[in-house]
Amino acid sequence: MSSEEKILAIPIKPEEHKDVWIYAEVRHGELVPTAFELLHVAKKLSVPLKEKLCAVVIGSGVSKYAQDLIDRGAEKVYVIDHPSLSQFVDEVYANILVDLIVKEKPNKLLMAASTIGRSFASRVAVLANTGITADSTELDINMEKGGLLNATRPTFGGTLMATILCIRGHRPEMVTVRPMAFPQAEPAPGQKGEVVKVPADPAKWKTREKHLKFEPEESQEIDIQQANTIVSGGYGVGGQKGFEILRSLAHKLGAAIGASRRAVDSGWIAYRHQIGLTGRVVRPKLYIACGISGQIQHLAGMNSAQTIVCINKDPEVPLMKLATFAVEGDLFEILPAIEKELDRSPARV
Amino acid sequence: MHIVTCIKQTPATDNVQIDPETGTLKREGMEAAINPFDEFGIEEAVRIKEKIGGDSKVSVITMGPPQAENALRDAISRGADAAYHICGREFAGADTWATSHALYKGIAKISKEFTPVDLIICGKQTNDGDTGHIGPGLAAWLDWPNVAYVKKVEDIKSLGNGKGGTIVVHRMMEDGVDILEMELPAVISVVKEINTPRVPSLRGKMAAKKAAIPKWDAVALGADLAHVGLKGSPTIVAKSFRPTMPTGGETIQGATAEEKARNLVAKLRQLNLI
Repeated sequence: MSSEEKILAIPIKPEEHKDVWIYAEVRHGELVPTAFELLHVAKKLSVPLKEKLCAVVIGSGVSKYAQDLIDRGAEKVYVIDHPSLSQFVDEVYANILVDLIVKEKPNKLLMAASTIGRSFASRVAVLANTGITADSTELDINMEKGGLLNATRPTFGGTLMATILCIRGHRPEMVTVRPMAFPQAEPAPGQKGEVVKVPADPAKWKTREKHLKFEPEESQEIDIQQANTIVSGGYGVGGQKGFEILRSLAHKLGAAIGASRRAVDSGWIAYRHQIGLTGRVVRPKLYIACGISGQIQHLAGMNSAQTIVCINKDPEVPLMKLATFAVEGDLFEILPAIEKELDRSPARV
Repeated sequence: MHIVTCIKQTPATDNVQIDPETGTLKREGMEAAINPFDEFGIEEAVRIKEKIGGDSKVSVITMGPPQAENALRDAISRGADAAYHICGREFAGADTWATSHALYKGIAKISKEFTPVDLIICGKQTNDGDTGHIGPGLAAWLDWPNVAYVKKVEDIKSLGNGKGGTIVVHRMMEDGVDILEMELPAVISVVKEINTPRVPSLRGKMAAKKAAIPKWDAVALGADLAHVGLKGSPTIVAKSFRPTMPTGGETIQGATAEEKARNLVAKLRQLNLI
C-alpha cells in the first residue's frame, strides 16, 4: 500500500473524535514553555465543548514532565518515553503521533508554531488525513457550526487576517499556534490527572532520518524571548554605533536587545535579535522601541507586549499610535536622559 | 542526480488590495514573481547540480494559474533545466493538504515519465500563505524523510536515478543548529541563510524563452477531483479581514528630552516595570 493509499483510507468520521489535545514540545531534552501557552488556550476550547484537555509528550526521559503538564491543566497526558527518542526527527516522531491519533481519535490538536512544530505538524496532518491551520493567533469554538474550531491567523505578511475552518469533517482539526500569542497556564501544584504510558516499539519505526549532533548557540546576551524587558532598535538607530546607546540602557535595565528587520538587514545587528514576522515573536512586560516606525510585520512580533514605549521623531508612525507611552523626540537625546534619570533616583524595590 | 524545486508565483508586493465584497485578496493586476523564499531553493538545487556534475539536472514545478508559467521560465533563467506546470481551474482554492497532494502527483509523474527524483527542495514558506507546510506535507505523501529550516547542505552522496544515497543538512533551531542525516530520496525546505541567489544569466534567459513546459491538469496527473482544489481541501478560509491595531496610548509630555525622560521613568516606575 502506498503512503497515498494509506492516507486516503483513513476514515472521516468526526462524530468519533473527542477531546482537545496539545503537543508538548521537548527541544534538546527540555520541555518548551510553549506547552503551557497551548494549555492556556486549549482549556478555553475544551470547556465549552465539555471535552477533556489532554497533552502528548514524546522524547527520552520525558515522563518527568507529565506532572508539570497536569499542574497546568492537562487532565490526561500521553507519554511516549524511549531512549532512542532523545532528539526530534520528523519521520519517527510523526509516525508515533499519527499512530496515537488514529488510535485515540482526538477532536482538536494544538502544536506550537516553532521550528519543530511548523514542520512536524504539517507532516502529521497529511499522514492523519486532516486539515491544518498554521500560526494561529486567535482560537475559539464556533458553536453555531457544531463546535468547529475558528482558527484565525495573520497571512500575507500580517496585512490580512484569515479565519480558517476545517469544514469537511476531517479530524483532529489541527493548528499550530504562534509562540507568545497566549499567556502560559498558571501551575496549580498537586493537581490530579491520568498518565498514559504509550508503549514504544522501535522495530516499527522507519529511521531514514538521523540526528547526528546539536550545536548550541553560544551567546552571552539575554535572549529576547526570555526577557521581561526589551530595548529594540529600528532604522532610526542609524547604525551599529547607535545600537551601543541602546545596549547601554538595556544593560542598566537588565533588558535584552531587539531589532527591526531593516536594522538587521542593514547589518547593524545579528539576526537572532530580529523581532517580527520573519524574526521572532516576543511578549515582554516592557518593550521600548527606538526609531522603529512599526511596519505591520514588526507589530506582529511584539504587539502583545504588556507595555509599549515608543521613542520616535515622527509622531505619525504606526508604532507611536500603538504605544502605551509615545515619546516624541530624538532617541540619541532621550535614551541618555532616561539613563540619567534612572541614576538620579533609585528604583523602587 | 535529479533535484526538483517546488516554486510558487506570488504577489510581488506587500501592499495587498482586499476585495471589499468578498474579503479576499485581489490578485488581478497585481505584480507577480517567484516567491522570494523559493529563489534560495532554486539556487541551492543549481549549486548541488554544479557540485555533483555528470548528468545531474534541476527541474522546477509549480501549481498555479496560466500566468505562473512566467515564474517557471524565470526559474530556468536562473539555472533550472526543465519545468512542469500543474494548471487547471480544478486546482483553485487548494489548501496545503490539497496543494501538497497535487505536487506529489506531479513529482510522481516526473519520476515515472522523465527522470526519477532524488531530492526535492522547497522554500521555507511563501510570502502570501506563510505556512511552511508544503515541504513536510509533500514528504508525507511520498513517504520520504524531510527536514525543514535547512541553512546548509553539508554533504550529499547520490547514487542518482532515485536509487538512494545520503544528505547531511544543518537545521536552524531557536537555540542552535541540529545536524541531521537523511537517506535519499528526501525533501528539504531551505531558509534564506543558505545562499545568495544568482541573477538570471543571458544563456539562462535564452533557454527560458525556448523551453517547452508541459501543462498538466487533474486528468493528466491521475488525480481524483475529490482530492484537488477547494473541493478537495479539508480547510476553507471562512473569512478574512484587516487586522485592527489598538490605539489610544498616552503621549509623554515635556519641553526637553530631560523632562520627557523624567515623566516616562515616573510612569514606568508607577507600573513597577523598572
